[in-house]
Amino acid sequence: MNTRKPEEIAEEVVAEFSVFDEWLDKYEYLIELGSSLPIIDEKDKTDDKLISGCQSRVWLACEYRDGRIWFTADSDAIITKGIISLLIRVYNGQKPEDIASSDFGFIEKIGLRENLSPTRANGLVSMIGQIKAYAKKYEC
Amino acid sequence: MILNGNNIREAFPILERSVYGKRFVYFDNAATSQKPREVLELHDTIYRNSNANIHRAVHRLSAEATDLYEQGRAAVKRFINAGEDGCVILTSGATASFNLLAHSFTARFVGKGDRILVSEAEHHSNLVPWQLACDRVGAELGFIPVDDRGEIILDEYERMLDGRVKLVSVAQVSNVLGIVNPIREMVSMAHAKGIPVAVDGAQGVVHSESDVAALGCDFYIFSGHKIYAPAGTGVLYGKKALLEKMPPFFGGGDMVGTVSFEGTTYAPLPLKFEAGTPNYPAAACYAPALKMAEAMRSDADVFHEERRIVMFLVEQLQKINGLRIAGLPRDMGNKVPVISFSVEGAHPEDMALILDKMGIAVRSGLMCAEPLVRKFSDKGLLRISLLPYNTMEEAEFFMECLKKTLAMLKAI
Repeated sequence: MNTRKPEEIAEEVVAEFSVFDEWLDKYEYLIELGSSLPIIDEKDKTDDKLISGCQSRVWLACEYRDGRIWFTADSDAIITKGIISLLIRVYNGQKPEDIASSDFGFIEKIGLRENLSPTRANGLVSMIGQIKAYAKKYEC
Repeated sequence: MILNGNNIREAFPILERSVYGKRFVYFDNAATSQKPREVLELHDTIYRNSNANIHRAVHRLSAEATDLYEQGRAAVKRFINAGEDGCVILTSGATASFNLLAHSFTARFVGKGDRILVSEAEHHSNLVPWQLACDRVGAELGFIPVDDRGEIILDEYERMLDGRVKLVSVAQVSNVLGIVNPIREMVSMAHAKGIPVAVDGAQGVVHSESDVAALGCDFYIFSGHKIYAPAGTGVLYGKKALLEKMPPFFGGGDMVGTVSFEGTTYAPLPLKFEAGTPNYPAAACYAPALKMAEAMRSDADVFHEERRIVMFLVEQLQKINGLRIAGLPRDMGNKVPVISFSVEGAHPEDMALILDKMGIAVRSGLMCAEPLVRKFSDKGLLRISLLPYNTMEEAEFFMECLKKTLAMLKAI
């Protein structure tokens, strides 16, 4: 379980990204983050777990335990993996209602959305949409 | 005008810009070309000075706009050497041209059980319209195979040319493989059996010969925007004898003879196939755009520099561990500066994203040729495509950046 709310963790992420003024450095960091992603079980890499709208393939699954949601994911592209691991870091082990009500504003703050290619930005919107959809499913 | 790497660049104002505070390197020319100053100026002048709908009104500006539009058509005819027996239809792009051709050709000449041949290396624009058209008339599509190098297997092709085949429609240069196909040979083989041939010249018109008389093809299709004209321009060249028998695709204004509620007669070629108001300011720009293309391709120095850059890139790329180029012809003289590749351990999307932040525009993914790209890599490919305004210095800079990118991705 996560003792901190998504907003708190998101603030920490924004602070971490603020030290980079070069986009290439942000990418290096995302690549690094990708390796800490809780990887989805191979057997869960099914088409229904695939997120549409991405140029690369992204799988996202979740488990509901003790009133909280736990995510696993994977992607065949490493930067995408970093982005999804960023999202999971903020929303893993949170209550469904906290995820569903989150505005995902930290994505804007680190400049991720507008600095992604249009295809990637669509993918990001789809990933956020899927995280929210899972949260809504378990919301009481 | 004496062309060299520097003054070609000066003719294209956009090449001076920077991205993310870095020099801008545009290596996505197979998607669309940048525009020379003369094109930008003519386009602007038409809207400022001669804007009126064409082919309709009796007033002065309509006459001026019509003249400019027809001068654009005349420039296309000269550029592709269309003779008296041919006709240039202006469309909104190569995709529109293929939809028109697929619809109208099959409606007249193709029936149940007949076949149309395309190659395995086609852009979706020379594939999906034929799938739609074949479904409508109950015909089937046959696929001319390409080998592992990306070259068309001519023996197989010749075997496939049987009595059921009503048309061959094939790319002159694949937008993925960058290999010039042996069109003249393919046309003579098909003609020997009485089968007409359509050629997708979208890449070929820029990188290979565009002389339809020399190629011998019955239809030739390309997009103007890939050869320095504005977006929204395309060409369907066809032999009049065939076009005259084909029904119109779009109905509407400007394509009619007389209209009554009982029925309609159609305008003569080419207007029969040009319903509605075309993008006449863009089409007028064929004149300066093709003048630029002509100047570049008739310049031996430009040609030699391009060959040098292609060979440099291919050699340097092949030195990278795990890198595989899709499209390596036996005769490298047939390789144009459209180079697609995959690198083991690196996703093309990641590579494109990082290169973008270094200021280099490239293409990643399936490149509107999914069945072909999947043959080489299930993650898609990275493509670089150059035009004569690109330089050896840019090619060297690209190689440097690519190596840095792969190091970042831990692929090398």
